[in-house]
Amino acid sequence: MTNAESPRTAPDLRAIDAIRAELSSARGDDFWHRLEELSARPAFQDWLQQEFPSQAPRFVPALERREFLRLMGASLGVVGLAACTRQPDERIVPFARAPEYVVPGQPRYFASALTLGGAALGVLVESHMGRPTKIEGNPDHPASLGATDALAQAAILSLYDPDRSHSCLRAGQIDTWSAFTGELSGRLERLAALQGQGLSILHAGESSPTLADQLARLSTRFPRARVHRWTPVHRDQERAGAELAFGRDVGTHYHLDRAEVVLALEADLLGSGPGAVRYARDFAHGRLGRAGAAGMNRLYAVESTLSLTGAMADERLALRPSEVEGFARRVARELGLAVEAPALDAFAERFAVAAARALDARRGAGLVVAGREADPAVHALAHTINYELGNTGATLEHTDPLDDLARPAAADLRALVEDVRARRVDTLLVLGGNPAYDAPAELDFAGALASVPFRVHLSAQVDETSALCHWHVPEAHALESWGDARAHDGTVTIVQPLIAPLFGGKSALELLAFVLGEGEKSAYETLRERWRAKSGLAGADFERFWREALHDGVVAGTGAPGVEVHLRSSLDFGASPATATGGLELALRPDASTFDGRFANNAWLQELPRPITRLVWDNALLIGPRTARERELENGDVVELAHEGRHLRAPVWVVPGQAEGTLTLHLGYGRRRAGALGTGVGCDAYALRTGERPWFVTGVELVRTGERHELVTVQKHPSQEHRSLARVATFDRFRADPLGATRPEHGTSELAPPSLYPGFPYEGHAWGMVIDLNACIGCNACMIACQAENNIPVVGKGQVANGREMHWIRIDRYYEEPAGTVDERVTVVHQPVPCMHCENAPCEVVCPVGATVHSSEGLNEMVYNRCVGTRYCSNNCPYKVRRFNFFPYADFETESLKLQRNPDVTVRSRGVMEKCTYCVQRINQARIQAQKEERPLRDGEIVSACQAVCPTQAIVFGDVNDEASAVARLRKEPHHYGLLAELGTRPRTTYLAKLRNPDAELSGT
Amino acid sequence: MSHAPQAPQAPQTPGPGGDKVIAPGHTLATVSDKITKIVLTRATPRGWYLGFAGSFLLVMVLMVSIGKLLVSGIGVWGVNVPVGWGLAIINMVWWIGIGHAGTLISAILLLFRQEWRTSINRFAEAMTLFAVACAVVFPSLHVGRPWLAYWLLPYPNTMSLFPQFRSPLEWDVFAISTYGTVSALFWYVGLIPDLAALRDRAKSKPWKIAYGILAMGWRGAARHWERYETAYLLLAGLATPLVISVHTVVSFDFAVGNVPGWHATIFPPYFVAGAIYSGFAMVLTLAIPLRKIYGLQDFITLRHLQNMAKIVLATGLIVAYGYAMEAFFAWYSANPYEESMLVNRMTGPYWWAYWTLLLCNVLTPQLLWSKKIRSSVVALFVIALVVNVGMWLERFVIVVTSLSRDFLPSSWDTYTPTRWDWGLYIGTFGLFLSLLFLFIRFLPMISIFEMRTLVPTEGGDEEGHG
Repeated sequence: MTNAESPRTAPDLRAIDAIRAELSSARGDDFWHRLEELSARPAFQDWLQQEFPSQAPRFVPALERREFLRLMGASLGVVGLAACTRQPDERIVPFARAPEYVVPGQPRYFASALTLGGAALGVLVESHMGRPTKIEGNPDHPASLGATDALAQAAILSLYDPDRSHSCLRAGQIDTWSAFTGELSGRLERLAALQGQGLSILHAGESSPTLADQLARLSTRFPRARVHRWTPVHRDQERAGAELAFGRDVGTHYHLDRAEVVLALEADLLGSGPGAVRYARDFAHGRLGRAGAAGMNRLYAVESTLSLTGAMADERLALRPSEVEGFARRVARELGLAVEAPALDAFAERFAVAAARALDARRGAGLVVAGREADPAVHALAHTINYELGNTGATLEHTDPLDDLARPAAADLRALVEDVRARRVDTLLVLGGNPAYDAPAELDFAGALASVPFRVHLSAQVDETSALCHWHVPEAHALESWGDARAHDGTVTIVQPLIAPLFGGKSALELLAFVLGEGEKSAYETLRERWRAKSGLAGADFERFWREALHDGVVAGTGAPGVEVHLRSSLDFGASPATATGGLELALRPDASTFDGRFANNAWLQELPRPITRLVWDNALLIGPRTARERELENGDVVELAHEGRHLRAPVWVVPGQAEGTLTLHLGYGRRRAGALGTGVGCDAYALRTGERPWFVTGVELVRTGERHELVTVQKHPSQEHRSLARVATFDRFRADPLGATRPEHGTSELAPPSLYPGFPYEGHAWGMVIDLNACIGCNACMIACQAENNIPVVGKGQVANGREMHWIRIDRYYEEPAGTVDERVTVVHQPVPCMHCENAPCEVVCPVGATVHSSEGLNEMVYNRCVGTRYCSNNCPYKVRRFNFFPYADFETESLKLQRNPDVTVRSRGVMEKCTYCVQRINQARIQAQKEERPLRDGEIVSACQAVCPTQAIVFGDVNDEASAVARLRKEPHHYGLLAELGTRPRTTYLAKLRNPDAELSGT
Repeated sequence: MSHAPQAPQAPQTPGPGGDKVIAPGHTLATVSDKITKIVLTRATPRGWYLGFAGSFLLVMVLMVSIGKLLVSGIGVWGVNVPVGWGLAIINMVWWIGIGHAGTLISAILLLFRQEWRTSINRFAEAMTLFAVACAVVFPSLHVGRPWLAYWLLPYPNTMSLFPQFRSPLEWDVFAISTYGTVSALFWYVGLIPDLAALRDRAKSKPWKIAYGILAMGWRGAARHWERYETAYLLLAGLATPLVISVHTVVSFDFAVGNVPGWHATIFPPYFVAGAIYSGFAMVLTLAIPLRKIYGLQDFITLRHLQNMAKIVLATGLIVAYGYAMEAFFAWYSANPYEESMLVNRMTGPYWWAYWTLLLCNVLTPQLLWSKKIRSSVVALFVIALVVNVGMWLERFVIVVTSLSRDFLPSSWDTYTPTRWDWGLYIGTFGLFLSLLFLFIRFLPMISIFEMRTLVPTEGGDEEGHG
C-alpha cells in the first residue's frame, strides 16, 4: 500500500472494470472459484486499498459531524479505559469522611485547589464512585473558608467539556504523545548541545511552587534558555505601584474584618481577583446587621464602572479612570500628605474630604485598596496613605510577591516577541494560556508565533494558539492532575487529581519534566520530590506530612511571612496628571464569566447572568445613560470603537452608575476557536488592548454603525416599583428603631397574616431558609452551585431571550436612585430568590394532577413523574421561581456531560416543571446519617448547595422549629421579613433587610 | 304566544321577511321543501367545494401545528416564565365563549318560549358543538406532556392517584366535558324529526339508510311527539344552568389564581356575559352570509338579526360594566399590585390590546342603539366581526397582560406568539369551518318541523299578522 502521507488517489477504475468483465463471463461454481482467485490477486488488493484505505483517518481542523461523533466515541472509549485500567499507585486522600472502602451512593470529598489569576482557591471536590461531580470550598483554606466563587463552581463543567482536546495534534492531524516526545527529544538534545540557545518557554503564570522550581532547574540543562510568562489578567500595575512606593515589588493582602473604613479605588475586591472570596467573607463579617450590633464597617468606592464592590458600597463615586489618580491625590492631601492634587468637581471634592476624614478618624482600622486595574500611581498613593495612617500591618499585610519573576508580564511577552523577531527562538514551548488570542494588540503575537521554527502548545482546548503551533498537546484539567498552588496569602495546596485524565491530557509539570530530561516522570513523582526536599522530611515522617497536606488541602506553615517595607524616601508623586480631555475613555475588565477568555466554552458561565447587567451569552460595551443620550445610543446598537488605527465593533448596553464619558468592555469574548459554544460569542476586547495601557484606553473614537445586535438579559425591569421587596434601611435608623426601620410604609409586615383557616401544625422539623440581604454581594456563586448540584440544564441565548432560563435560584438586582440624584449615584440591592417553600403554597392548589405537594416538614415538593406540565403552578407563583422544560433541555446525548450529573438528583425531561427543592437530597442524606447514628439531626448538619458556596454566609438553612437553630435565631431579628408575605403565602424562605451605613457628611445634598 | 308586539305599520326596511320571523306566503310544504332542498336535491354549489377545500386546507395547518408541537415540545410556542399561558388558553376561552350563544338560543330561549329563535337555533347549536370541539384542542395540547393529559381524568389506576380537585383546571375538565355532552345530545335530539323528514324525502338508497338510522325510527306519531317534547324540554332544563356554569368555571381558572388582573370576584358573571356576547356576535357572523348564500332570508329574517343585535348590545353593556368595575376595584382596593396592573394594562407593553379591546367591545356596540344600524345587514356583520376580535383581545389582555407583569418586577417579561401559536389558532378555524360546511351540506341547517309551527295556519295564527 502507498504510504499514508501521499494524497489519496482515485481508485483505478480500469482494474475494477477488468475484474467485472472477468466475473461476468463466469457461471455457477465457476463464478465462486473465480471470485476467490481474483480476490487474492495483487491488482485487486491494490484497488481494494485505494478504494477503502485502512490507514488512520485524516482529520481536518474543523470537525465535521461524523468526525466529531467518531471523536466522541473515541473519547468514550478513553473514559471507559480510564475506569478499567489499573490505577497508578498514587494515593490521594479523602477529606472529612474516610470510609474504608468506596460505598456506592456515598460521595467522598477530596481537598484540592483551583488556580485563577495567579492565586489558588482551596476546594473540596465531591466524588461519586470516582467521578468528580461538585466543587465545594475548603473550610481550612484561607482563601476559601468553605466558600467558592462562581468560576470555581463551573470548573467541574470545564472538566467534562466535550470540546476539550482529545489527543495530541501535529499540524492539526491527530498524533500520539510518543510521537511528540520523540520529535521533541531530538530537538532538545540539539538544543542542549547549544546550552539551550534558542529554547524559549512561555508559561501562563500560575502560582505553582513546583513549576517555578522546575523552571529554575531548567538552567542546569539549558543555561541559555529563556523563560517568559504571560497572562492577560496580570498584576503589572500593582507591581509597578509597589515599586513606586517601596522600591520593590511586594505582595499585599488585606484583613477586611479588621477594617472599619475601606476606600476602594477602582478595586473590585469583593468580586474579582486573588482572595476575593475571603475578602467578601471578612467584609460581610465587619458589617453583620443584627439587632444590637455596635457598628458596621463603611465602604467608600470610587470606580468607573459599577462593580459588585461598588454595589455594596455605602458611598460610591463614579469617576472616569483617568480621574481616579487625582481623587487619590486629593484624599492624600486632605490627610496631610505632601501631594499635589487637581481640582475636583463639587461632589467628588466632598467625597474625597469625607473619605479622608473617615480614614483619619480610624487610623489603623482604615484601609485604602487600589484595584488590579488601577494605575501604578493609584497603587502607590494607596500604599502611602495606608503606611502613613498606620494601616499597614493592621488591616493589610505585605509579603514577598507570590511570583518572583524578573519582569512584568507585558514586558516579558514583549521580550519574547522581540527574540522571535530577531530569530533568536528556535523552539517555543507555550505551557497553557492562549497568547495568540489574548496578547497585547500591538505585539502581533500570532504573526510572530508563526515564524518560530518549532512551536508547541499545551492547552486544554485546541484554541487560537494551538492552531498556529506545530504540536498541540492536550492539557490535563486541574481535577485530573497533580500539582500545587499558592493562595493569595502564600498558603500552598497540593492539587490532587480526582480522576485519571479523561482525554489523556498532560500537565505542565509532566511536559517540563520531559524537557528537563527526566523522561516520562509523572507529576506525582516530581511533586513529591520537590516537597520532600522542601520539607526536609523523609520516610514515614514525609508520608505523614504528605498525607496531612493532602487531607487538609493546605500545607501547614506555607503562608508567606510578612515583610516590613518602608516608603521610599525619594517618593514624589510630582505634578497632578493633566485633567482628562473630552474624549471617551475605555475601561477593559476581566469578565465575571469568561475571565480572560478561558471559560468561553463553559455553558454554565455563559448562561450565568453577568453581575449588575444580568446579560448572558455576550459581552457589551457598557455606557452611562447620559453619554448614551448624547450619542443617541440605545441598548443593542452596534458601535465601532477606534483607537490608534485599531478597530472593534461592539453592541452597547446602558448601565446606571457608569462614569459618564467612560465605556467599559469585558475581556474574554470574540473567541475564534473556543469550541462549539464559545466561538464567536461577543466581541474581542483584546483588539484595543495594548501592553502599555492594559486596562484603560483614553481618547477612543466611537462611531455608530446603525447595526443592531440582540443582547439578552434575564432581568428586564430594573426597579422595585416602590414595592418593598428587597428592603433597605440605614444602619443609624435600624439602630434607633430596629423594628420600624425596614417596615414598608403601607400594608402588613406580618409573616403570617390572619387567615380564616387554621394553620397546619408542623411538628417534627420545619425547614426554612433566611437570606441576609445585608451580606449578599450578588456574586452569583449560589446560582452555579445550585446548577451543579441539581443537574440544571442550560438553554442557550435564544431561550433565555424568551424568558426560559432554568436557574433554580436567581439574583434579582434592583437599582434604587436616591431621590434627586443623577444616574451615576444609583445604588444597587441584590436579592437572591430561590423557592419560598410557602406554607400556603399557591402553586399546590392549582395543580390538577397533584404533582406539586407539601411535605410534613414544609417542603414544597415537585413530583416530576406526575407533572403533565399545565404551567398553572408557575402562573400562580408570585415569586416566579418555577422553571419549565419547554424543550428537552437536559442533554441526554453527550456522554462526558453525563459523568458530571449528581446521581442523587433526577434529570428532568421535556414538559416538566422544576424548581428549588431546598436540596432535599442533602436533607435526606443527613437524615439517613443521623438515623444510622441514632441521634437527632443537628443544626448546621444540612447545608444546601447555595448556602455552602456563599462567600458571605448570606444564606442560612435549618429547622425553624428548633429554637436554638441559626435559622430560628435569624427569624427573630427585627429586620426579618417575608417576601410578599402580605399575600398570605407564609414563605419559609425569608429575608433580613439590607442595611447601609452612609456617611452623614455625604448623604445630605 | 307572548312576545314583543309587532309594529303595525308597513315594514320600514325592504327585503324579504321584513321584521317577521317567517316571510309571508310560506306553507308547510314550502318550508320543508326549501330547507330539505339544500341537503337533498340542490346541486352542491361550487362555492361549497371551494369553501370546504379552503377550510380543509386550514385543518391541515392544524395538523402540522399539532405535529410540530408534539415532536418538538411546547417551546415552539411563545410561552415562557412568567407568561406560562398564551394563545392556547386565550383561544380555548374564546371558542368556549362562542359556543355559549348556541346553548342560550336553544335552551333558555326555548324555555322562555321565544319563537323567533326557531330558525337560528339549529345552526347555533351546531356552532356550539363545533366551537367546543375547537376549544378542547387547546387545553389537551397546551400541557407539557400532552400524552399524559388523561391524568386529569379521574379513573382508577395502578398508581392509586386521583386528580387534585382543588384545581380549577380539574373543574374545567368536568365543566367542558359536561357541556360538550349535553350540547351534543340536545342538538341530536332536536335533529331527530328533521332526520326523519330527510329520510322520507331522500331519493337515493344510501342516504335513506343513513338518515333512517340517524332518525331512530321516528314516525311522527303523537306519542313520539309527546315524548320528544318532554325530552327536549328536559334537556333544555339541563343545558340552561350550563350556559351559566361553563364560563363561570372557565373564569375560575383565572379568578382562583392570585395574579393581579385575575384574582377578581367579578369574573364569573362578567365571563358569562362576555361569552354570550361573543356567541351572538358569532351567530350573526355566520348567519348573515348563510342566509344570503342559501336564500334563507325568508326564514332568518331581519327580525332575527335585530333581536340578536339587541342581545349583543345588552351583553356588551354588561361586559363594559365589567371592565369599569375591574378598573374601579383596582383603584378602590388601594392594593398596589392591582393598581399597577391597571396602569400596566393601559400603558404597559400591551397597551394597544387594551385600548383596541375597549374600542371593539365597548364603543362599537353602542352603534346598535340606532335602529337604522340594527337594520343594516352589512353594518351588523361588520359589528359582529369587530366584537369577535374584541372578545379575543379581552382574553389576550386577561391572560397575557396580567401574567407578564405580576408581583416581582424582576420577573417581568413579555410574550410574543410564534407562528406555531398562530398556526394552531388558524387551524381551529379550519376545523370549525370544515365541520360547518359538512353540517350545512348534510343536515338541515334550520329546524324544519319547528319552522312549520311558525307557518300561519287558519285560525291559529298566533304570530301576528300586522
